[in-house]
Amino acid sequence: MCLAIPVRVEVIQSPDMALVDIGGVRKSINIALVPDVVVGDYVILHVGYALNKIDPQEAQRTLQLFAEVDEVSRQQRLENNP
Amino acid sequence: MKYVDEYRDGALARDIAGRIREEVLPQKQYHFMEFCGGHTHAIFRYGIPDLLPDNLKMIHGPGCPVCVLPISRLDAAIELAVSHDVILCSYGDMLRVPGSRKRSLLKVKAEGADVRMVYSCMDALRIAAENPQREVVFFAIGFETTTPPTALVIRQARAQGLKNFSVYCNHLLTPAAISNILESPEVRDLGILPLDGFVGPAHVSTVIGSQPYHYFAEEYQKPVVIAGFEPLDMLQAILMLVRQVNQGRAEVENEFSRAVTFQGNLRARAVVADTFELRRSFEWRGLGEVPYSALRIKQEFAEFDAEKRFTVEYRSARENKACECGAILRGVKSPRDCSLFADPCTPENPLGSCMVSSEGACAAYYSYGRYRERTFATDRSHGATVKESAI
Ligand code: SF4
Repeated sequence: MCLAIPVRVEVIQSPDMALVDIGGVRKSINIALVPDVVVGDYVILHVGYALNKIDPQEAQRTLQLFAEVDEVSRQQRLENNP
Repeated sequence: MKYVDEYRDGALARDIAGRIREEVLPQKQYHFMEFCGGHTHAIFRYGIPDLLPDNLKMIHGPGCPVCVLPISRLDAAIELAVSHDVILCSYGDMLRVPGSRKRSLLKVKAEGADVRMVYSCMDALRIAAENPQREVVFFAIGFETTTPPTALVIRQARAQGLKNFSVYCNHLLTPAAISNILESPEVRDLGILPLDGFVGPAHVSTVIGSQPYHYFAEEYQKPVVIAGFEPLDMLQAILMLVRQVNQGRAEVENEFSRAVTFQGNLRARAVVADTFELRRSFEWRGLGEVPYSALRIKQEFAEFDAEKRFTVEYRSARENKACECGAILRGVKSPRDCSLFADPCTPENPLGSCMVSSEGACAAYYSYGRYRERTFATDRSHGATVKESAI
């Protein structure tokens, strides 16, 4: 029920509406809740409305967190089987 | 898809799970609750239980708005469509849910009631504009994610001067339910709450921010990690919880910082505050009456409030006595402990709230975990054990 997906804003149509790309399909959604959105931004889409923007830098940082785990386990594997 | 695929890497998932297994202290039991039905679904769908160590259990919370809506409210919606002859617009998730006497919105639709499935409340508003001679009611359900859109359409209906549009408001508040779990009688009387931390909701938090959870971390000394819905998000959040427990910390951490800030979406919160007010109490299926846990439409917008516009009776529906949902939602029991699980209670014939939608604990367990030898939160070991985190 509460599932929402990240979509990319393609065209701002009006202060309240924008065209977004959902895995190749274009759809018009309501952006009244995230008024400062610009073309190229990713937003979280839920029941036809953008709930919030996705922060690309924070997304990168989270991926980095995963990567650190990856790095640690690679090290350990190397230590265990030199 | 960007911001999705990167968070589903299988090799990385195994690595993070490996870290979790290394970092859990063998003599300790870890019990974490994911509040959100979306997390419950993801946990089962991606087989996360199989990756976790034996002494770490996930407990499935009440966070599915379809599951926790009391039957009497669904009955009232059905009544609106049948006796008041309105066009009833509903999100698809609600259509199959059985009300009293096995009626559902889908069934009454087949019998001629005008029930329409909408993807967005904007569609309901459009239907009202297109059918000025008919009353159109939007059956609004959901947590803090669906509430701002409902607030916006109510305001839009007023701006457009629509006279035939109203909202049957069933919006719920997450923090109130979390308090209820932490303060449940089992917890107060026996002091046995087997919860060492929470995985905080993803999308709810995009709206309300991480700020409301600080209360739980401080007041109840429970760590909270807000997590996205992808498998790597979940695993990373579990790892972060393990670390907090091991270090004796109880803080709010935000794994889903790509979409959640401390404040949340201020504009969304403002529009909700301007349109809705708190109900003194609201019944949750599985949890019972929960104080200040739901919203109703402000007097200022009374003409758009279906509860004011139509007289619908609320007869409290009796739930099956043997249903263990209440205990499951509080982390005291697991689905397998219920004598009705799988026979006769199934997703086709749910006898309790946890079986209603695929995000409910029993339904997720039924669909994904039933045939597994060992799935987490299936054995009884976590129920009614003395809280270990007191050490
Ligand atoms: S199996 Fe059905 S009856 Fe038993 S707790 Fe779950 S929902 Fe309730």
